[in-house]
Amino acid sequence: MTNVNLSLAAIADPTRRQVFERLGAGPLSVGEIAEGLPVSRPAVSQHLKVLKDAGLVTDRPEGTRRVYAIDPHGLGALRAWLDQFWGDALDAFRIEAERKEQP
Amino acid sequence: MTDAPRIKPAPVRRSVFVKASQEHAFEVFTAGFDRWWPRDHSIAGSPQKTAVMERKVGGRWYEVGEDGSETQWGEVMVYEPPRRLVLIWQVGADWKRDPNLHTEVEVTFTPEGDGVRVDLEHRMLEAFGERVEDVIGAIGAEGGWSGLLKLFAAEAEQ
Repeated sequence: MTNVNLSLAAIADPTRRQVFERLGAGPLSVGEIAEGLPVSRPAVSQHLKVLKDAGLVTDRPEGTRRVYAIDPHGLGALRAWLDQFWGDALDAFRIEAERKEQP
Repeated sequence: MTDAPRIKPAPVRRSVFVKASQEHAFEVFTAGFDRWWPRDHSIAGSPQKTAVMERKVGGRWYEVGEDGSETQWGEVMVYEPPRRLVLIWQVGADWKRDPNLHTEVEVTFTPEGDGVRVDLEHRMLEAFGERVEDVIGAIGAEGGWSGLLKLFAAEAEQ
């Protein structure tokens, strides 16, 4: 499966999106992420695992706990998918637009 | 619960410089849509015969199959010749139209030197992420985006 597939699937789940979005303010531990969310810590850990596998978040040990942060390169997979598509489309468009008006 | 900022993918932005007038470029992009849009870039069951962009607000952009069937990509949201165009893109990650999917493709045409700069922005990409739960594996598969892109590139270079 490509990175794009994984990224899209990872943020498709509403709870997982919430988990992901909480990291927008900065790195957090599992316990901090779980606070205020209507899911258990083990569930949050499971969501984090999926997000990590998709390349959307990274984790690192900090003392006795593990801290999660958004991987700035993760969302790039989705964008790269469309970036390539439109880049190629505009190239084709340019060729056609210039061809018809060349003297 | 605190209000964490919503994380959204940045829009995809591409630009291309075209040695043509602003009017001509806009005309080719819209009226001439069928001349450059990839024939293999199809979401219909039937092979794509033509691609059409209805040149008015609320108009559709769609493909017509060999069997005469029409398959819609989305709608024209803003139509301001020869300067600006906004298309609603409703093709999801599963390569099918989803009428509830709303992402926007804005295209602007700006005179520059001896030609026109065409800027394209595909935004609201976060909408894709909410709708792909059951379509994992569609993108990147043979016949999906990457396969079609290869065919498109080959055609465009002829």
